[in-house]
Amino acid sequence: MNVTIQEETRSEQVSALVVSGEVDAYTAPQLREKLMPLCKENREIYLDLSRVDYMDSTGLGVLIGAYKQLRSGGGRLVLTGMSPRLKRLMKITGLTEILDIEDGV
Amino acid sequence: MCGVPGPPPLIWGDKMKEEMMEQYRELLTSYLKDRREDQLYAAQQMSKWMMEQKIPPEEMVSLHAEAVKRQMPDLPEEVHLSFDLLIEMMIGYGIALREHDSLINKQKELDYEIEVAVGMQQTLLPDAPPQLPQLDIGVISVPANRMSGDYYNFVNHGDSSIGVALSDIIGKGIPAALCMSMIKYAMDQLDNPSGPSEILRRLNNVVERNVDPSMFITMVYGVYDSSRHTFRYAAAGHEPGIFYHAKKGSFKDMTTRGLVLGVTKDTRYREYSLSLEPGDAIILFSDGVTEARIDGDFLGRDRLKELLRAHLDQPAQQAVEAIYQNLYERAKYNLKDDQTILMIRRKNDRDLIV
Repeated sequence: MNVTIQEETRSEQVSALVVSGEVDAYTAPQLREKLMPLCKENREIYLDLSRVDYMDSTGLGVLIGAYKQLRSGGGRLVLTGMSPRLKRLMKITGLTEILDIEDGV
Repeated sequence: MCGVPGPPPLIWGDKMKEEMMEQYRELLTSYLKDRREDQLYAAQQMSKWMMEQKIPPEEMVSLHAEAVKRQMPDLPEEVHLSFDLLIEMMIGYGIALREHDSLINKQKELDYEIEVAVGMQQTLLPDAPPQLPQLDIGVISVPANRMSGDYYNFVNHGDSSIGVALSDIIGKGIPAALCMSMIKYAMDQLDNPSGPSEILRRLNNVVERNVDPSMFITMVYGVYDSSRHTFRYAAAGHEPGIFYHAKKGSFKDMTTRGLVLGVTKDTRYREYSLSLEPGDAIILFSDGVTEARIDGDFLGRDRLKELLRAHLDQPAQQAVEAIYQNLYERAKYNLKDDQTILMIRRKNDRDLIV
């Protein structure tokens, strides 16, 4: 159970992270460490989840933490490339309603 | 090196030291003469005793040096002096040993604290499902480790109605348990609870104000009205429950939509309603159940329904226990997440005739 996170800065305001592997209680802290420092004011963050095989509630917690941080600073979190399983998880938890979800990468 | 206890208490007085010395000298002398197994065994026993008395290893070496000096005074001075060096070397081991002992003690204290917390957490859960004449209610909740992130509660909603809450707190262990007590007390404060959506709305505001930004809670709250046999419910991001329709012998996923508790202020929750005929059942559960890994794959809702079907003829409490047991065995006794299953069944008319 591992996760790798690749970061690319697209511009001053826009960053993208590509997450691969499983995001669970053990690996979620790694995602948090990479993601949270990027959540600055007016920042737009694209999170490519197309290579995420599994995400549990701890992983969702990291996304929610980032979402709240960005929201309070006028920024935006965009999730892309989610698997049907992940989409179902987002739907059940109601996060589909508040997070920006895009199909393409 | 903080937390290392100081030197052992002064049980190692001069008189005792002298007695030990004599005993050790005898043992040494006899061993040098006979070299027998039982003499080595006696040395082991003595070392055990000395460890119990918390006599540090450097003291043991010093004892040996003194015994050698008394027994063999004619050895070259270098041999005697060499023990001074060995004693210095052993002091480090002595410190490490005391550090180790202190860690073991700390571990024991921590274990004890967790044990107390586990007991306290148990008191947050209701003792037994409530008894309503026309309902059969069963519930099981088993943590993956010692502390649980799953919570359930029964709430009195007047004469013929009963409220049930089933909740899954993100994460496991102590943080989840602390959060659970917050939810429990927030629920206790809900005087005059109206309906499920209002209750979730109020709980959401409590959670949103009080928890870490990356913490959240899922909950399904339902009110069973046993005079009309309706189940009104609302959910906050919780895995949808399953409705069993006895007449058709079929299962239906319970529609739910609603954001998890603790993300945004003033979230509204939609309310749904089901009517129950005799024999119909509602099964609520935490996602640990459907996400139990069986042969490397998630159990999933379909296989859960198969399991439910196999146990539906049993009383609700026996059924949920049997379902959990089956899962536990098929997951090779290694369930990674907390498991909670709650079943409410409207009794068949024939069961009501006493």
